[in-house]
Amino acid sequence: MSTTTTPRPVGTRRLAAERSRPAGRRGAVLPSIVLFLGALYCLVPVVWVLVASTKSSSELFSTFTFLPGTGLLENLGDLFAYSDGQYLQWALNSVIFAGVGAVACTLVSTMAGYALAKYDFPGRQLAFYAILGGVLLPGITLAIPQYLLMSKIGLAGTYWSVLLPSLISPFGIFLARVYAMSAVPTETIEAARIDGANDARVFVSVALPMMVPGMVTVFLLQFVGIWNNFLLPFIMLSDERMYPLTVGLYTLLSKGSGTPSLYSLAIIGAAVAIIPLVAMMLVLQRYWRLDLISGGLKG
Amino acid sequence: MTATYRRVRRRWGAPLLFLLPAALLFVAFLAIPIGYALYLSFRGMRVSGGGPFGLRQETWVGLDNYVAVFTDPELLAGLGRLAVYGVIAVPLTLGFALAFALLLDLPRVRGARFSRTAIFIPYAVPGVVATLLWGFLYLPSTSPGNWILERIGLGGIDVLHGPILFPSVANIAIWGGVGFNMIILYTSLRGIPTDVYEAARLDGASEWDIAYRIKIPLVGPALILTGLFALIGTLQVYGEPATLRPMTSAISQTWVPLMMIYRDAFTRDNLSVAAASSVALALGTLVVSIILLRVTQKRSFGGS
Repeated sequence: MSTTTTPRPVGTRRLAAERSRPAGRRGAVLPSIVLFLGALYCLVPVVWVLVASTKSSSELFSTFTFLPGTGLLENLGDLFAYSDGQYLQWALNSVIFAGVGAVACTLVSTMAGYALAKYDFPGRQLAFYAILGGVLLPGITLAIPQYLLMSKIGLAGTYWSVLLPSLISPFGIFLARVYAMSAVPTETIEAARIDGANDARVFVSVALPMMVPGMVTVFLLQFVGIWNNFLLPFIMLSDERMYPLTVGLYTLLSKGSGTPSLYSLAIIGAAVAIIPLVAMMLVLQRYWRLDLISGGLKG
Repeated sequence: MTATYRRVRRRWGAPLLFLLPAALLFVAFLAIPIGYALYLSFRGMRVSGGGPFGLRQETWVGLDNYVAVFTDPELLAGLGRLAVYGVIAVPLTLGFALAFALLLDLPRVRGARFSRTAIFIPYAVPGVVATLLWGFLYLPSTSPGNWILERIGLGGIDVLHGPILFPSVANIAIWGGVGFNMIILYTSLRGIPTDVYEAARLDGASEWDIAYRIKIPLVGPALILTGLFALIGTLQVYGEPATLRPMTSAISQTWVPLMMIYRDAFTRDNLSVAAASSVALALGTLVVSIILLRVTQKRSFGGS
């Protein structure tokens, strides 16, 4: 009976048939198209804001939405002139919050992650579970008690009130620990110690250089996290000159309902705000070790 | 346990010093605020002494604030809206991220680098800015969809009112979240040694079979982690609906729980109720995360 033949020869024959098919590229057409559609979906709003930023406020609501306008220079001028150059101040604030916050957070996380990965000390398990709890806790629910405590000690409304809470990232510590576990061999540490190096020296000259790729990842995650954060600065700050870009653009937009000229400002403001961060992502993409995030799961 | 994972001999001083900055920050900005929120959530204003001359005093009120929170129809409605939003946003974000990651991992895909970069770009766009962009694409007067619909003689649709508002808001989160999750899943796919599925490929397994039977189970832990973060992110949604408010009357001041917490704390000055809802939301998130981790039965965070 033909039905009793084992499937194997059929399989090999099919493989042979596939091999003989010229070029063999047909299989990848559909995936390429689906991916391209995904790319299109992700780019449409970005392209739109770049196009819309060239429109004058009268063109914004009258011409086809993807048709470039004639008001780019005027919009840029308006943007930088708004409230005595407040926009540049917002951008500078974002750079300060995200830059200083991410650098300091990376150092704090690296030290803590290294200690958790490479030392055995009483309370290590407890510290690890505290950090896991911190990873699972929605940080934003803490913003209001943080604000109340900050105002008690008179820090609410200052740069510190936004900067300080950004310095602790349980997820950053978690990643640093994962990275230290896999990238810093215990033998190397012990060898350095036998050579007479103390703990601080071992950390700075042996462990730290080995942990750089992990540190870059923590830095970028935290930088983007702080740059994109909205609720914390929104709650903490009341002086418009201290706002980061997210809160500044939000206030522009909410004042804008009814005044179309502010809509144009919000659009050009958004366009200018995303360019540096997108550029940074594109340049630094290769240094990301995002496999860390999933790699840590196998620990 | 490989030699690499072995830890240095038991010591006290140095590790505690390395941990000190993190520990201080943890206590100051996580532990104390949690404790303070808990404390506030059991406090409240009570009129003591009775009669017209009663004094309003802050005092212990037990679980009153929690009772008030959980019997508040507005909060329950907010949780309901959050659930609808989450049911749309979380599976679609993860589904698209997984699908794109698997497609990128296929051999002979054209333009893979371009697509991967383009899909990742929204990660660099802050939620507030993303909402602003999508808001204008939704707004009938600037929406390209409506422009086309009107040109071909159909009326425009208003995607910011009625039930379609949920997918509209969820779309902003999906747009912002797909790329990051895709990269995490893609990097863990790249981490699978190819000989694992070369053999299957030689046996004539289709790419679909390989994806379904080999790749997806192997990236399971990464999928759980991305799912967990998507879920936590969903429960604390605030920026997107708050930014859309000026554009639509359909989003109330209490559209999602965090918006309501913000209103209670800063517009109504009712800190106790705001604290109680914060605690409830945080506990709810913890419980949901732990259930998710338990159900998937993976030691996803690796223990130690």
